[in-house]
Amino acid sequence: MSGDRTIPVLALACLLLLVAAALAPQWLVFLLALALAKGLVVLGLVLLMRAGLVSFGQGLYFGLGAYAAALLANRGGLDDAALMIVAGTGCAAALAAILGLLLARYREIFFAMLSLAFSMILYGALVKSSALGSTDGFNLHAREFAGFALAGGTERRLFFAASVVLVFGLVWLLHRYLASHWGRLSVAIRDNELRVEYLGASVYRVVYANYVAAGALAGMGGAFAALAVGHVDPETAYWTTSGEFVFIAILGGTGNVLAPFLSAAIFEGLRTVANQYAPNVWQMSLGLAMLAIIMFLPGGLWTLVRRRSAA
Amino acid sequence: MSPLLVASGLQKSFGAVTAAADVSLAFERESVTSLIGANGAGKTTFLNMVTGYLRPDRGSIRFEGRELIGRSPREITGLGICRSFQIPQLFHSLSVRENLLVAEGIAAAEHAEEETEAVLARFGLAEYGAQPAGLLPEGVRKLLDVALALVARPKVLLLDEPTSGVAADEKFGIMDLVMGAVRGQGVTVLFVEHDMDIVSRYAARVVAFYDGRVIADGAPGAVLEDAEVRRYVIGQEAHAAP
Amino acid sequence: MSDLLAVLFDGVVYSSWLFLMAAGLTLIYGVMKILNIAHGSLYALGAYTAATIGGAWLAAGHPPIGSYAMLALAAVLVGVVMGPLLERGLLKWMYGRDEVVLLLVTYAAFLILEDAIKLVWGVESKLLPEPYALPGNFQIGELDFPVYNLILIAVAIVTGVVLAWALHRTRQGKLLLAVIHDREISAALGINVSRVYLVTFSVGAALAALGGALAAPAIAVSPGIGVEVIVLSFAVVVVGGLGSLGGAALGALLVGVVRSLAVRYWPEAELFTIYFVMALVLIARPRGLFSAPEARRI
Repeated sequence: MSGDRTIPVLALACLLLLVAAALAPQWLVFLLALALAKGLVVLGLVLLMRAGLVSFGQGLYFGLGAYAAALLANRGGLDDAALMIVAGTGCAAALAAILGLLLARYREIFFAMLSLAFSMILYGALVKSSALGSTDGFNLHAREFAGFALAGGTERRLFFAASVVLVFGLVWLLHRYLASHWGRLSVAIRDNELRVEYLGASVYRVVYANYVAAGALAGMGGAFAALAVGHVDPETAYWTTSGEFVFIAILGGTGNVLAPFLSAAIFEGLRTVANQYAPNVWQMSLGLAMLAIIMFLPGGLWTLVRRRSAA
Repeated sequence: MSPLLVASGLQKSFGAVTAAADVSLAFERESVTSLIGANGAGKTTFLNMVTGYLRPDRGSIRFEGRELIGRSPREITGLGICRSFQIPQLFHSLSVRENLLVAEGIAAAEHAEEETEAVLARFGLAEYGAQPAGLLPEGVRKLLDVALALVARPKVLLLDEPTSGVAADEKFGIMDLVMGAVRGQGVTVLFVEHDMDIVSRYAARVVAFYDGRVIADGAPGAVLEDAEVRRYVIGQEAHAAP
Repeated sequence: MSDLLAVLFDGVVYSSWLFLMAAGLTLIYGVMKILNIAHGSLYALGAYTAATIGGAWLAAGHPPIGSYAMLALAAVLVGVVMGPLLERGLLKWMYGRDEVVLLLVTYAAFLILEDAIKLVWGVESKLLPEPYALPGNFQIGELDFPVYNLILIAVAIVTGVVLAWALHRTRQGKLLLAVIHDREISAALGINVSRVYLVTFSVGAALAALGGALAAPAIAVSPGIGVEVIVLSFAVVVVGGLGSLGGAALGALLVGVVRSLAVRYWPEAELFTIYFVMALVLIARPRGLFSAPEARRI
């Protein structure tokens, strides 16, 4: 990790985004807001991947966070974006705390498949629920953020700016965590669980903690995404959505806390372009890109950044 | 003073294979014992049972009066028994220094960085500090493996073939470093070994295994001359120098 | 009573089709340790190929009974073409990497094939109803069922028996079992592991395509049909134990019947029961119902 440089780069990125919040065209603010949301989910995935686990089911928490946020506004009558985000994060964290007790016992393919199974359980439940709009989902609208009224263009920018500050604060905390003993321990677990146990640490507890954190981050991302898009539907919990997050994680690599956001932004940008000009080859491009990364840049795009800074 | 570590009546079978047949051994505080025997004789199984990786079918293992059977490797490490492995178990993508920092962190060491540098110096690993553990030569891997086990300042150190896979001219160097690191710290050492020169030089007591049973137990001179040991462990030709 | 019978029959029909998918998947995993996400695309390719050549056969005026042969031919074609293409062209370069990396490689292949299918066949649905309607219906109680479903069950049973026989009674099959058990030792004993991989993957691909070809007459063949199939097949394979053919059969039966019961008595839970069963089985038996014991590592 380019530990020394991460903090200044974080600060710089934060600043740039704040400038964008003020000056960029509406469509770009939207794209960045979505990238921020997805980046959060992928950050959680990266936490798990550093411990050697690939979750193919973050859609569970992403979807749950989105729906929780949306329901709070639509059915609970509390349409304050800040509360909605807390609700999304909280519900996801709570579920992760329960499921994590089970999932932290599994590894590799079984962990991937079991996490996928749980996300598909939510998907199935959402699709069959006519009360929640089944496959169509429903719209949501936040009227205020922590007491400040939200409407139209300027306020949305303010919300985005506030999100940027919040998220980057979180990212800074996670960076400190990863640079500490706990971050190293995750990698040690990935390399050799047996030795970690023999050294006296509980692998289960560390995996559990990472899992709950990843779930909470995904829930937060879900709430942010729901707010940005203004709509929720069961697709958020579908396995292909989870697959997308995995793709973005691999694209960016696990080397740094900024990588997920960078690759999420690139992903959303490319998707926007592909939807416009070549929607029928979007999946194929993703597949080819993933193969290219696996074969030539297994550490993700971040290895390019590291090589340049090391040179 | 009663023995520190007492195994009684250990029995372990894997189907038709008997890895431990009524094994009873006691180890005194600060003793240095070598476990010898052909491959499959039950030495590593014994270490695995003591450290909680395997559960014996019958018998008991008491450490400082506490029963070890049923406890996990993690708990047993916490009680003060650490081990190194036949095939070094390292964190291959982390550097040598980081490997030690992980161990220090787990042991909740107060001055992890200073301790790590001290360990690197003591084991002659300072020049490898920044290298990823996965790229080290075998002798260095072995040393790191043992160094990791010592971080928690154990009362009992179990070494599983500490010099296997290492070049012949490096073996004594490794054992010197390892035994030097534990000297004066009140550590009880058990080491599994195939090289009888190493055994006779470093062990005060030798326990010989065959087919899951202990066939000889005593001073190196006596055990290595024992007829059964010569037959089942060393091979027909004498290998040990008196 | 006839109600329950009808539900069970439906369950068995669904199980038969699931078994064809799961058998290929579990074989590929057992031999190559790859969980093949592209299996869904192979299923879709089987369906599209069947619709195309079956349609062409019928359009040329040939006897409708031959359309069944076209279904079988479609499966063989996909197996023979896509098997080597994917195994030699892609997977071969990735052996030795982590299981999860291989999973991602097959996921990438799946994504590529999904769009490739759209490029070749376009986005409109293809239909091939004739083989389905041809044999007519039969009755359980007061309900009509297509005879085609009996054909499906028969094909699944025959396939299962042939596979089991081929694995346990032929020399080639035993070589496969040896590789499943231990790849390194098999290679050391002189088994051409590389060729075993090619054959296994191609057979697996053909089985998936057979599932698709047999499904084609009953559905509208359109882009995306492979997507849901994958997770279902995984659920079955994981429940049964990765690498176990018997497990695939049992898993398919379990999942198929449970789903059928859900559809009849608790429709809201249909999608969810399958994964719920999978989660339950994994909780009770972490490696699936039938799985190989693990060797000591230290």
